Amino acid sequence: MAGLGGGLAAFGRCTHAVVRALPESLCRQALRSVAGPEVDLARAEREHQLYVGVLRGKLGLQVLELPADESLPDCVFVEDVAVVCEETALLTRPGAPSRRKEVEAMKRVLESLNLNIVEMVDENATLDGGDVLFTGREFFVGLSKRTNQRGAEILADTFKDYAVSTVPVHDSLHLKSFCSMAGPNLIAIGSSEAAQKALKTMQQMSDHRYDKLTVPDDAAANCIYLNIPSKGHVLLHRAPEEYPESAKVFEKLKDHMLIPIANTELEKVDGSLTCCSVFINKASEL
Amino acid sequence: MTTEVGSETEVKKDSEQLGPDKAKDKPEEASETPGDQKSRETSSGEAQDSSVPAPTNQSSPSSQKKEKSSPESKGISRFLPPWLKKQKSYTLAEPKDEPKKKATGEEQVVEESESQALEGVAQPRKSLEEATENRQNAKAGDREKHSISSAEIQPSKEDGKETEVEEVAEKKEEKQEEKRETKEVQTAEIKIDNIPQKSPKKIKTVQCKVMLLDGTEYSCDLEKRARGQVLFDKVCEHLNLLEKDYFGLLFYENSEQKNWLDSSKEIKRQIRSLPWIFTFNVKFYPPDPSQLTEDITRYFLCLQLRQDIVSGRLPCSFVTHALLGSYTLQAELGDHDPEEHSSDYISEFQFAPNQTQEMEEKVAELHKTHRGLTPAQADSQFLENAKRLSMYGVDLHHAKDSEGVDIMLGVCANGLLIYKDRLRINRFAWPKILKISYKRSNFYIKVRPAELEQFESTIGFKLPNHRAAKRLWKVCVEHHTFFRLLSPEQPPKAKFLTLGSKFRYSGRTQAQTRQASNLIDRPAPYFERTSSKRVSRSLDGAPMGISDQSLVRDFSATGGQAAGDKIIDLEAAGRAKLKEGGREEDESPLKTPQLEFTQDGKRHASRAEGPCTGVSDADKSSHETLDIVEEKKQAEFGIEETLVVDETNKGKMQVATDAGETCKVEHVSKKDSSSLPSDSSSSSSSSESEDEEVGEYHPHHRAIEEVIREEQEDEEDMKRKEHEENTQHVEAIPEGSKPVPVEHTQVTVEDLVHENTITVATEEKNLSEQIKQDVGEEKEEEQLKLNGDVSHVDIDVAPQLICCSEPPVVKTEMVTISDATQRTEISTKEIPIVQTETKTITYESSQLDGNAVGDTGVLVSAQTITSESISTTTTTHITKMVKGGVSETRIEKRIVITGDADIDHDEALAQAIKEAKEQHPDMSVTRVVVHKETELAEEDED
Repeated sequence: MAGLGGGLAAFGRCTHAVVRALPESLCRQALRSVAGPEVDLARAEREHQLYVGVLRGKLGLQVLELPADESLPDCVFVEDVAVVCEETALLTRPGAPSRRKEVEAMKRVLESLNLNIVEMVDENATLDGGDVLFTGREFFVGLSKRTNQRGAEILADTFKDYAVSTVPVHDSLHLKSFCSMAGPNLIAIGSSEAAQKALKTMQQMSDHRYDKLTVPDDAAANCIYLNIPSKGHVLLHRAPEEYPESAKVFEKLKDHMLIPIANTELEKVDGSLTCCSVFINKASEL
Repeated sequence: MTTEVGSETEVKKDSEQLGPDKAKDKPEEASETPGDQKSRETSSGEAQDSSVPAPTNQSSPSSQKKEKSSPESKGISRFLPPWLKKQKSYTLAEPKDEPKKKATGEEQVVEESESQALEGVAQPRKSLEEATENRQNAKAGDREKHSISSAEIQPSKEDGKETEVEEVAEKKEEKQEEKRETKEVQTAEIKIDNIPQKSPKKIKTVQCKVMLLDGTEYSCDLEKRARGQVLFDKVCEHLNLLEKDYFGLLFYENSEQKNWLDSSKEIKRQIRSLPWIFTFNVKFYPPDPSQLTEDITRYFLCLQLRQDIVSGRLPCSFVTHALLGSYTLQAELGDHDPEEHSSDYISEFQFAPNQTQEMEEKVAELHKTHRGLTPAQADSQFLENAKRLSMYGVDLHHAKDSEGVDIMLGVCANGLLIYKDRLRINRFAWPKILKISYKRSNFYIKVRPAELEQFESTIGFKLPNHRAAKRLWKVCVEHHTFFRLLSPEQPPKAKFLTLGSKFRYSGRTQAQTRQASNLIDRPAPYFERTSSKRVSRSLDGAPMGISDQSLVRDFSATGGQAAGDKIIDLEAAGRAKLKEGGREEDESPLKTPQLEFTQDGKRHASRAEGPCTGVSDADKSSHETLDIVEEKKQAEFGIEETLVVDETNKGKMQVATDAGETCKVEHVSKKDSSSLPSDSSSSSSSSESEDEEVGEYHPHHRAIEEVIREEQEDEEDMKRKEHEENTQHVEAIPEGSKPVPVEHTQVTVEDLVHENTITVATEEKNLSEQIKQDVGEEKEEEQLKLNGDVSHVDIDVAPQLICCSEPPVVKTEMVTISDATQRTEISTKEIPIVQTETKTITYESSQLDGNAVGDTGVLVSAQTITSESISTTTTTHITKMVKGGVSETRIEKRIVITGDADIDHDEALAQAIKEAKEQHPDMSVTRVVVHKETELAEEDED
């Protein structure tokens, strides 16, 4: 038993991933912050399959894929409905009422993994997993349109070992719309003013000094860092075709196994890389 | 230190005799005197003639008191500048009014003759001084001076009667010694003093009980006057604990509020009621317990953390509860033994506030995995996990933010954390904090500006009450000192103001304790780990006798509980040895402060070089102004808002424009002030009282200890003061400085007060109020009304007191306005908005006294205060002159309001004037100069 999160060595470790298939309703009904071109469902599905394929095939994770639910157009974005840290999972109360039912399927799958489940029942609380950045040392919770103070408090009550700091998020959907962890001590951050401001806030709130990786595009700052025993540091980041300048920045990370993944379609409905999965590190049973 | 009337003469003699000798011994001191002497001469000659309309209340009790009180401290006071003396005597006067009044007449005579006698003494010293152009010396002398005055003052506060003036002389001798010694001496003296006064009694002892971390109780008898250190040492000896600096003794007030026993002070002054019951606790949680030298220290830390966890103070997740519990079992029971450890063995232990069956099972399961760990290893593992908890070592205090929202302030090794419910909503690392202060129930931190910001901000929190605010402030001071400094600060020197808290952490810092523990050379002491089995579950889940609240109440009940479990020191008692020259400290966080200081030093230096700094030079461009402000801020750290005695050496009266130079002086002086042994007596007396309304602490500059924040509590004082200064003149000066091309208003408000000789000092308090200009923080009305309110006073500067040979240059252009009161109002209304150029408007009081301008005078002192807030920079320049027997205090405030069109300049100006008036109710505004600049004004700059 490694103890408290197993320290930083364990950051990014994971054995399982939960994903969910895209419903057709996504194209027309998925929530989106800005109107724009319609999602090409076929292409979106191809991209998503590639994504899942990387997790399962390339990284050897046990991927638990939930079936799509046509009544839940945003259900592919599983990240928002659960926050898993170590052996505890917090099932959220998503900020968008239309998404609240997404939690049910997630609850079942997490229960099957024997996690300690905490449900957010307070009707005044909202929390989207996309607003939760876990750095391995602490949580930052973006207070956005989707996440409120009460939601953050419940998260803090759930993960008592860790400091939970709040970060105001104004210009984007989620905190992780412009940042994510790119390594055990490395925060990837977009270049926009809002992103930089949020980073400053996080830096001020933290007792710890993080390294930062600044990428030109906010959307590209959302990447997935994993620590896979046989592969070492793995980073899934947006493809060079999408964000060439940002990709160049990622390519400078020499210690990382870099896996570019395109996400052009889901991005139209505010989806980013982290949105589509929940990672779980199940210690082998004693 | 009310000297009794009868004894005064005698006292004076004594001090007089001692005085000259002392002076010879101490050239620095001597160098200080001449200015003083001179002013004295002048003043004593003219004391009686009230040429000025102002000095109204010659006959009023207050002024008499003032005069009267100066002689009593003659011996020493001759080393003080008059204003300092004044201040002191002022304080002295407080306790006893009656005797003083009677004495007055007599006193005056004595004083006069004495000052003549002093003159003789002064001569040689004067020459000495002239030879000594060395500023350093002078400054040292200055400091000396302060410590003297404080030595005198402190006791008075503590114990109105105790102090005889004879002591003063003695104290003067002591003052040069190292601070701590001095402190002891001080106490001793007081004791001696007491004895003759009260009938000699046997040494009284008091029984103390201390609850130890293992739930046992330690009791001993202590002399009633024993300081906290005595008890603490006894306890640590009993525990066989060498690395004791992380620990402390708590006592409870109202069974809820915990207070740390201050080692340097007498217990009886801290804990007001019997019985004396304390709790031995961890005070500073080491961020990395693995760096502790001894297992026994880690053991006690573990005990503390177990309490913290069980009581809920240290929240953990289920998993962490289980894990920590399992290490506790391993440490206390050793390897899991299926036979011995039957199924329910775990329920006897308490691991969490709400322990469940499931948790116990998990603990048992994890316990099995720790096979082979020694108790010490298990403790270490426990600590490795516990230290990562986000609330580890965070001392929480309830508070409200500026909007009245309930929050928690958490003090920890790294700084101050702000929580709302369980969420961290802000954090101020120590390096970010420029100043910590409290005032009544308010607690303030002044924060360094963020990268792109220009001004530091002051953030205020409302604590439940005054004591809570002070408690928080003390905890902050202690944590900052312990974790961030290499060695503790000296308590601030008493200056002329002595009411603020001078509390400083007096123990060893973490750096020092680590160094010391590296020298520990004893075999690991044997100790027995007591069981954390719960005796009974109290309601809140904490073991009885451990939980905070229950402690005092259940004292007797819990006392016997674990009597058999005392920690036993079998081998090592008394064998502790320290060997010389231990390993090098290799500890990065501790280096930081040093670096910072170096930087500061550089800044100061660079600042001193460039004369074009300071607000008065803010004439170039708006941008430059901002830079300057910025620079100034950095250079000054805790000094903005500082009152600086700026001696004008060139015999030139500094008018408002001289800020740059003033700053220079200030910095120079700051540099060496750190080396000064500060007056210590003060701390023993003043900070004991829990009544100080305010306290202030600057985390960054140890050198800047001369920061005192004080608040006058004595209403009488204020009244008296008001009587003292009646005449007020209004005068206006055309400002020499050029404005900044941003829209920007510069206001100079100059206050003039005429007074009789010798009475100079009283204004001091008024002056200090100006610091209130710190707008964000201190606009509250009540504060403004308080006369004695002082934020920071940095008096250390005046290296030499110079006699001005020339009249102060204060040329004014007059715009006549008949009535002072009206005038201010008019001025605020009539400021024209000039769009394209600089406009200077001067309002001046018609009743301006001829003496004020152009008369030759002796500059007694000059001070500059600068304070800044979001949109204003206030520079206050205070000069005191003695002219023809009339002492005059002039306060010039320069308020630079910078901003764009959003700012209502008129209102800002009105506000500034209003504030100035409120701050100095006894003074009047004599001159208002308004410069208004707009964008197009650039052509005017030079």
